[in-house]
Formats: sequence, C-alpha cells, structure tokens
Amino acid sequence: MSEAVVPDAMVSPAVGGLHGEKAGGPAVDFSYVGIDAILEQMRRKAMKQGFELNIMVVGQSGLGKSTLMNTLFKSKVSRKSVLATAQEKIPKTIEIKSISHDIEEKGVRMKLTVIDTPGFGDQINNENCWQPIMKFINDQYEAYLQEEININRKKRIPDSRVHCCIYFIPPTGHCLRPLDVEFMRRLSKVVNIVPVIAKADTLTLEERDFFKKKIREELRANGIDVYPQKEFDEDAEDRMINEKIREMIPFAVVGSDQEYQVNGRRLLGRKTKWGTIEVENIAHCEFAYLRDLLIRTHMQNIKDITSSIHYEMYRVRRLNENNTVMAHANGIPEHHLSKEKFHSL
Amino acid sequence: MSKCKSVYYMDKGVRPLSLAGHVGFDSLPDQLVNKSICQGFCFNILCIGETGIGKSTLMDTLFNTNFENFESSHFEPQVKLRAQTYDLQESNVRLRLTVVNTVGFGDQMNKQESYQPVVDYIDRQFESYLQEELKIKRSLHNYHDSRVHACLYFISPSGHSLKSLDLVTMKKLDSKVNIIPVIAKADTISKSELHKFKIKIMSELVSNGVQIYQFPLDDETVAKVNTTMNGHLPFAVVGSTEEVSVGNKMVKARQYPWGVVQVENENHCDFVKLREMLICVNMEDLREQTHTRHYELYRRCKLEEMGFKDTGPESKPVSLQQTYEAKRQEFLVELQKREDEMRQMFVQRVKEKESELKEAERELQSRFEQLKRLHADEKAALEEKKRLLDEDQSSFSKRRAAAQLLQAQSLTANGKKDKDRKNSGFM
Repeated sequence: MSEAVVPDAMVSPAVGGLHGEKAGGPAVDFSYVGIDAILEQMRRKAMKQGFELNIMVVGQSGLGKSTLMNTLFKSKVSRKSVLATAQEKIPKTIEIKSISHDIEEKGVRMKLTVIDTPGFGDQINNENCWQPIMKFINDQYEAYLQEEININRKKRIPDSRVHCCIYFIPPTGHCLRPLDVEFMRRLSKVVNIVPVIAKADTLTLEERDFFKKKIREELRANGIDVYPQKEFDEDAEDRMINEKIREMIPFAVVGSDQEYQVNGRRLLGRKTKWGTIEVENIAHCEFAYLRDLLIRTHMQNIKDITSSIHYEMYRVRRLNENNTVMAHANGIPEHHLSKEKFHSL
Repeated sequence: MSKCKSVYYMDKGVRPLSLAGHVGFDSLPDQLVNKSICQGFCFNILCIGETGIGKSTLMDTLFNTNFENFESSHFEPQVKLRAQTYDLQESNVRLRLTVVNTVGFGDQMNKQESYQPVVDYIDRQFESYLQEELKIKRSLHNYHDSRVHACLYFISPSGHSLKSLDLVTMKKLDSKVNIIPVIAKADTISKSELHKFKIKIMSELVSNGVQIYQFPLDDETVAKVNTTMNGHLPFAVVGSTEEVSVGNKMVKARQYPWGVVQVENENHCDFVKLREMLICVNMEDLREQTHTRHYELYRRCKLEEMGFKDTGPESKPVSLQQTYEAKRQEFLVELQKREDEMRQMFVQRVKEKESELKEAERELQSRFEQLKRLHADEKAALEEKKRLLDEDQSSFSKRRAAAQLLQAQSLTANGKKDKDRKNSGFM
C-alpha cells in the first residue's frame, strides 16, 4: 500500500489568535470557538474520578506523627499508637500500617492513605531499619508496574505508590543523627522526602533557626535532595517559588487535635502553663507552611514527580535487570542483549 | 543483632471520614488544571469525505482560522492522507491541533481498498504510542500524542441514504476511532427531506452494526444536553469563512440569489451544535475514549498477536520479559539456522562450480594435449617428408654430380679422341 502521508511542519495560523477584531467597519464577531472550555471539562472529569494521595510518616515513636496527620487533615486519619502498659514491649520489627480514608471537601473526593511505620528507630540496633520501608515503597512501584504491563489493563490503575514521605527529626537542636542521615540519603532516591522538625515547641526561635541551618548544611553536605528537588524545577517561576521553600525546610511543626479558646476564637493548639501555642499561627510554628506546601499548592506536583520520575526510574531499573537475569538464565552472553524495544520482534 | 523484619498490612476497608475544618485540598482540581495549562493540550481530528465535499472549509469555520489548504485534484490514483499540525491559542489555553484530511477519497473507479489507507494511518499512530509506552526509557508526558481523537465522516447530501462506500468505511473504523457522522453541504437539502434523511442514516447505521460515537451521559451536568444532541445526529452542517452582512452584523454565511444561509443560525444548520459538542463539551471525553477504549483494544490485540499472554499473577513482568526473551531466542535460532543453511548452500554451489570448472579445465587440458600430439605427429610426418626429400635431393645431387662427372669424363674422352682423329687426320 503505497500511500503517502505528508505531515506538514508546525504552522501557526494566519490569524494571531482566535479572538480578534478588525479595525474599522462594522465590528466583526470573531465568535468564540470554545477551546478553553476544555479546562472546565478536565475539572469535571477530575472531580468525578476523585483523587488519591498516599503519605508515609516515618520517625521514632513519640514524635507526634499521628497527631500531625490528624492536624493536617483535620480528622482522625491516624490512630495514635499508645502503649498501654509497661509490659507491652516495643515491637521487635518495624511494622508498616496503611490506613485509607475517603475524604471530601467542596465536591472534591480524595482517597487518603496514611502509611505509618511504628517501630522505626526504636530498636537498640537500628542498622538497616530503612530496609523494610524501602521494600514497601518498591513493592508499591512493582504492583503498579505489573498492572501497567498487563494485556488486559484496568481503566484506572489503582495508585498505591507512596507520593510523599514525611520524616520526623527529633528536636535535639544540634544536628542530624546518623540514623536520620542514612535514612534520608537512601530514601530520597526513591521517594519525595519532606523533613520536618517534630515537637518544635521545645525550641526557641533562635535555636530553631540554628538547628534548621545546621540541618540544611548537613543535607547539602551529604548530597541529600529533599522535596522540592532542585533538578526538577521546570521553569524560572517554579524555581523562584521552590527556592523560597527550600530556604525554609525543614519546617518546624507542632501538631494538635484539641481546640482551645484564644482571644475569643476557637483554635487548634497546645495549652501549657506558660501560654497556648497556636498551631496555625505562623509566628508560633510552621505548620501552616507545611500544610500549604503539601496540600494547597504542591500536591499535584508531588504526585507528578512520583509518577513521572521516581516510578520511571524504578521501571527502567526493573526492566533492565530483567534483561540481565534472562541473559544469564539462557546463557546468552550479555553483549548480545541490547536494550531494544519490544517492537523489534 | 536483630534483623529488622517487616510486617505490613493494608487496611482493606476504606472508611469515609468527615473533616472538622477546611483542609484545602479542594484546590487539587485547580492544581491539575494549571499543570495542564502549562503543558498545553493536544487534539487530532480526522476528516473523511469525498473530494470537494467541504472538509477544509468546515475545519476553517470550526476553528475560526484559515488553515493553509489547497484544492486537491480528482485524479488521485489512491486515497492518501494529509496531516497538518497547528498551534492555536485561546485565552490561556494552548492547543496543538492536527487536522488529517483524506485526499482522493471516493474518486477512484474501484473503491474497494479506499478505507485501507485510513485504517493504516490510525493504526500507525497507535503503534507509535505503543512503542513509546513499551520503551525502557520513555517520556510519556513529553510525547506528542498523534492518535486520532475524533473522526468526522462527511456524508454526501444525496437525501436518500448512505452509500455503500460510507457503510464499509465506517464499519472498518468504528472500533478504532470515535466516529461523528456529519451531513455536508446541508444547504442543499430541505428541512423535511433532512429529517427523513437523518432517520434513514441512523437506521442504516444501526442495522449495519456501525457504532458511532455517543456523547457521554454519565455526568449529570452535561447529560441533558448530550442526550438532546445524540438525538440530532448526524449533524447537518454548512461551512463558510466568508462574511455577509445580515441586518447590522457581519456573519459567516453563504450568499445565494434566493437568500443567505447563516452558518451560526441554528435554524439554518447544525453547525453550532457540532461546535458545541465537539469542542466545548466533549473534547476531553473524546480524548479519554480514544485512550481508554480504542487504544487499549489496539494494544491488547497487538500484544496478543505478538504472543504475549498474561500468565500468572506472580510473575507478570517476568513473563512478559520471558516471552520476549523466548521469542527473541527463537528468532535468533531461526536466524542462525537460516544463516547456516545459506552458508551450506553457498558452499555447495561453490563446490559444484569448482568441479564444473575443473572438469572444463581437464577437458581443455586433454584437448590441448591432443592438439599437441597432433602437431607433434604432423611435425614428425613433415620431418619425415623433409628427410625423404632431403635424401632424395642428396641422392639426386649425387647422381647429378656423378652424371656430370661422367659427362665431363666422356667429353674429355671424346675430345681426346677427336683430337686424336684430328691429329691423326693430318698426318
């Protein structure tokens, strides 16, 4: 079938835009085509489908992880693991607990999954404590990959990949501990890490600034790229916004799910003898910044980086490793196998 | 040292939860939309119709611009497709529009294969997307999606029924692309004829099992308008980029001696309905249907054809890879075998040729020998003759010499006798 398709090069239309007016003469009604109605269509489709978000919280027990999650989403998304009696031992293994909730706000439905890691960093010997977590994250990527490779695929592949991992740094005020550095170094390569300083109400403002500076230096020195990663900034505008955020991480947060009366208003806070800390007051702590980053402005971006960068990296690694595995299995010398596309069959 | 084992369990039941205050994730659709604005949108329309039926004019009218078109001849030997891509912008939305027109459709004497180039084009676009998706290092979000999202099929306004070419083509395309049939040049049909024509067309499509694109009814906000519009299919359209002044406005219209057909007047034609449905209401759904239904079907068929199967739930990536590897092995083995065969054949032929040549050489050699012998014989014979001749000559010369001597002797003897006689005579 000698049929020729002649694709012409990209051409801008003769008229500059779809809106236009002729000068002089009766007003020309260049009627509105309606292309921008697609935004509305997209929005409708997104609202109908709903969203999914998977957040993992990692940190030693007692740092306020569950409380922070509850504060972020203003509901009991995470059950506090309170050890009832002294007889209950600290778990010998790291558990990974994943709890999902359907939440809805102004017509937008979201399936929120909070993945908790009780037992992290609680043992005496914490070597390799990141392994189960790394394995979990990779298992989610694997599940997604398997679904994607299916011949008969689902219309919408359920997304259980961890979008964001919030790492809780204990407020020592000095510097990062080896455990923190090791964990963040390894996991920043597979998932978006957002480090936060937990229980920040134990630090004064000066101590807080010093601590943050120290942490930033150590992260830089160890080559740890936390969210928002420098290399994924798309354009100058993005870079500007993200630079501001990068100057503020790690956020010093305080969590609370109890309301107190302050100046005639009911606010979330922690009441102590020397005053009430308002969680959402940016003069008191940086919870609001964290919430804005995670939820109000960068949520879609976090999900995009997970799916288009971290997941793709995993996929490349996995498909390449299959190549070499099969080579050894079939006795083919490796140099015969090239990373070809499937279609070359 | 206690090895950190992992225990994990996923809570299978997803419970609904009510929020105590404003969290803020209602901005999520806005974030999504903003990202799409940055990326821009992509839309590809395929127009199938006979030459001169008004495809390019309709595209110009729909998108309010002047795409660079030129009239095609009616003498194309085969159906071809011409694709042109344009970057359009309206307020803050950037659209990369690709318009694919058929060239020479319906012009040939034998129209049996007319649909094939169209089907091939659509399949090619699916194929390149599939290849991109199957690559190891891929960049799907940067990929320029060229899959056909909507196919406008232009029906000639005969007023009677669909042509068999129309039915055959649409039947071949209905599982590959969203077909929206339109009646072109609708200003040649009267209102009552049009009504009957539409009913006839729809019933023919149904009775032949052609599945055209139905506007979606699952979203309440648009279900009502979509249902009404579904009832108006196929849209009877008129296209025009020329303006005529009607009243105190300039409108797009076609001017006839008996009146003016206004393109955007809903009483005159269904152009506004088409624009509404195609662009304003259902563009996203068209793209989604293309991706989730038509593309998935293509992908499924293609992969099954290549021999991949979903084996067990445990080892899917491996099984795909395994099948791939097995096939590759098979292929390589096959290749090797063919190569060996060819080599063998080659060696055989070479041998044969060699023996042939040797044979010839031998023959030549024997002939040469023969000739040489012949020559030698002749030479010998000639030598013999020469010898004989020489002998003869020598004997002859001997005899001559002898004869001469004898003659000389006899002469001198006679001379002496004569002398003696003479001498004696005088005495």
